[in-house]
Amino acid sequence: MQKLNATLMDELNRRGISRRSFLQYCVVLASTMGLSPVMANQLPEKLLNTKRQSVIWLSFQECTGCAEAITRADKLTLENLIFNFISLDYQHTLMAASGSAAEEAKHNAIEKNKGKYILIVDGSIPIKDGGVYSTVAGETNLDILKRDAKDAMAIVSLGSCAAFGGLPQAQPNPTGAVSVDEIIKDKPIINIPGCPPIPNIITGVLAHVLTFGIPTLDQYKRPVAFYGSSVHDNCYRRPFYDKGMFATNFDDEAARSGWCLYKLGCKGPMTHNACAVEKWNGGVSFPIQSGHGCIGCSEKDFWDSGGFYESMASPVVSAETISMAAVAGVGVGVAATALNKIKKAKSLKNSEPVTIKDLKQEEA
Amino acid sequence: MSQRIVVDPITRIEGHLRVEVEIDGSQNIKSAYSAGTMVRGIETILKGRDPRDAWAYAQRICGVCTLVHGIASVRSVEDALKYPIPVNANLIRNLMIAAQYVHDHVMHFYHLHALDWVDVVSALSADPTETSRLATSISKWQKSSPGYFSDVQKKLKKFVESGQLGIFSNGYWGHKEYRLPAEANLMATAHYLEALDWQKEVVQIHTIFGGKNPHPNFVVGGAPSPISINSNQSSTTALNINGLQMIANVIERMMEFVNEVYVPDTITIAKFYKDWFKRGEGVKNFMSFGDFPDKDINDIGSFFIPRGVILDRDLSKIHPVDLNDPEQIKEFISHSYYDYKGGKDTGLHPYDGETNLNYSGPKPPYQQLDIDKSYSWMKSPRWRGKPMEVGPLARILMLYAKGHKPTIDLANYALKELDVPITAMFSTLGRTAARTLETKIIGDKMQGWLSSLISNIQKGDLSVHNNELWSPSSWPDECQGVGFMEAPRGALAHWIVIKNKKIANYQAVVPSTWNAGPIDKDGNRGPYEAALMDNHQLLDAKQPIEILRTIHSFDPCIACAVHISGDEGINEMIQIKIG
Repeated sequence: MQKLNATLMDELNRRGISRRSFLQYCVVLASTMGLSPVMANQLPEKLLNTKRQSVIWLSFQECTGCAEAITRADKLTLENLIFNFISLDYQHTLMAASGSAAEEAKHNAIEKNKGKYILIVDGSIPIKDGGVYSTVAGETNLDILKRDAKDAMAIVSLGSCAAFGGLPQAQPNPTGAVSVDEIIKDKPIINIPGCPPIPNIITGVLAHVLTFGIPTLDQYKRPVAFYGSSVHDNCYRRPFYDKGMFATNFDDEAARSGWCLYKLGCKGPMTHNACAVEKWNGGVSFPIQSGHGCIGCSEKDFWDSGGFYESMASPVVSAETISMAAVAGVGVGVAATALNKIKKAKSLKNSEPVTIKDLKQEEA
Repeated sequence: MSQRIVVDPITRIEGHLRVEVEIDGSQNIKSAYSAGTMVRGIETILKGRDPRDAWAYAQRICGVCTLVHGIASVRSVEDALKYPIPVNANLIRNLMIAAQYVHDHVMHFYHLHALDWVDVVSALSADPTETSRLATSISKWQKSSPGYFSDVQKKLKKFVESGQLGIFSNGYWGHKEYRLPAEANLMATAHYLEALDWQKEVVQIHTIFGGKNPHPNFVVGGAPSPISINSNQSSTTALNINGLQMIANVIERMMEFVNEVYVPDTITIAKFYKDWFKRGEGVKNFMSFGDFPDKDINDIGSFFIPRGVILDRDLSKIHPVDLNDPEQIKEFISHSYYDYKGGKDTGLHPYDGETNLNYSGPKPPYQQLDIDKSYSWMKSPRWRGKPMEVGPLARILMLYAKGHKPTIDLANYALKELDVPITAMFSTLGRTAARTLETKIIGDKMQGWLSSLISNIQKGDLSVHNNELWSPSSWPDECQGVGFMEAPRGALAHWIVIKNKKIANYQAVVPSTWNAGPIDKDGNRGPYEAALMDNHQLLDAKQPIEILRTIHSFDPCIACAVHISGDEGINEMIQIKIG
């Protein structure tokens, strides 16, 4: 990432940015975007050739936590994103215009950018009873999504509600809430789950879409670069887990010494996210470092995956059907009850998923 | 001749809010209607779950005032179980709540409210040298040089010249109601951007104690923030000597911004809009549940923010509030999408809450609400039958009435600077100014709470969690409790009923329900509607900036408005409303 051709230098000069600071910026950005070294080398050119792309952000059954989260990004900041990468043409929390002026701004942006705009959605979509449980400007979320998705280049489902249905979809799902990809089937969709997602990952993925296109996704449409490993895999407390050293309440010596929170219900082993690597809010901490177990907020159906303080004797399989064989290395032999061991052995043999529900049934 | 003006979506708020007003031939607002348009059903979802888990579900009512429902929830379970928490945990909660106030209020002012008063496009024609002169005349803030403002202006210019206005598209730029000189617009726009950066550091207080923000973690019985005095980096928690030092530093820098930017900006901008101290009064009644206990939440007398009710502007008498008294707080549904078995005109205390969802509004897509019938997902909570305003203005009046000297001094200073009487507080800008004042008043308490925490640690008291009642086996078969707090937007309480270790009933009556709820059975309006009907004339009915100013002065938080019946009958019903 050391060389810049003359055209790029001209562009930098025009923008009044020094070569050195720009390259430093590219290095930080490349890590935020989860780029390979080859792609990282192409980043400066990609960046300088990027036009501010129209982004339409639809808010449905949400709590605004995802919009708050994007303001916390500190590598590629929201300000930087808005001034250099995107034209955020419709976003309820930040936009100046209200009412019909807001709706008109959206309409204009869609007309001008047909086939080119990125649609961000936060919140789930209620489909029960004709969708009366959430309307904007008198229209149901369902109607809005279908119409505004039609001419989008791609859709980013931001947060666990848009990606997986989230809290509104938790049992018994009173409003018939569904995720975006249960409605839209003919567009590329990128899921960025989390309640909320990690701020730098939100802006990093958006930057990737704008420069290199859609990143490599897993079977749940999540960018592999950030959701490819579990919180547990990268946790600084993992050595305590491996040695069987656990906190047993929130304030014992072990808790104060940063031992593993597995027995207090930590869902790190089943949770695919980058909290332990990227951390939160300037890298200050992440849930486990502060002393509360991971609640698994980026996994599908985590609200219904057993209590937050029930220790998972085996990985709870909800986001994906992992066979026990695939995760045998994660939980085997440590702190599992005899009963759980039996179930685990069975599962290993049959390649079946194990859930907390299974374990409870066995206990009963 | 009357005309209906509809504003939906109301943007720069939390959640989904629709406002309709009727104006007469002179464009005066004659009647106003506030409607919540989104529900999720968190009440039904909470039912049958472990009460210790409830905070995480309840917290997702709102991601802006992201900790308030978590705190109210753990307090409700602790009240039900008579579960005391350690002194350190109380201090940690005070610090987290106060950090939320400072963060929320500053972001509200710059990112949600400022564009009602500040014309961003006008900033392009400002003279950076004059802007610098203005900035240095009101504050010692360092980022005030002509070069700095010139850079901000260039950045804005390039942005506007691109033709892609993004979040600023279709604003009411150039509207005659924008009255700031170009230099003040440029200064405020620069501070808009600075505040966007500043807030990222403020939330680190939540991150150290609660692991992340938005949505930090909590735990019933204390704080999930074990204190580590071990200096070994591989064997420590976030709350160690480094974490404590970082919190002290963050508080210091955070308050510098409040003192040198937020407070002077509020006064400077308000000086150009003094007529807005004469309109937008709500219901003249104010209520606070109180918060920031010294040591114990049951010691109401120790609260930094006092509890009480002020009726009809009378600051000489504070009426006591009892959250458990069935005669005091009741909810009405005369114009809400619900039915009660006793009829639409009945009022019910939250413990007896009855909830039957019945959407009777127009079939979407629709143009207008049927305001003679039900028109909102919000209920109308009342205290002894009266509507109450909750939030910063209620708290400032409460502190003022109780003779809290720093509040009286600061309020008198601001009133003198603005050359307006104390009655000016009963208005749109009074509400906005009260928010600024309380940010400083509460923020100034934080170093003291942190010092107490550090002092306890130095004395060897590391306790942050009481494990005694953690196990459900130690709980009674049946119990109920109420958890309350003063959220940034006002009085908040969660009522919980626990049966057989599980949640049997969970109800929240929250600030924006008090402020934004619809007309009650007696025709009394809530604060939003009453405020819009107080002396509002629209200059341009197509650009109703006046509606935005007054609605935003309440800092709406319309996260959730849910009342859904279960099949099991009244006692099994759970309800949550508006965040």
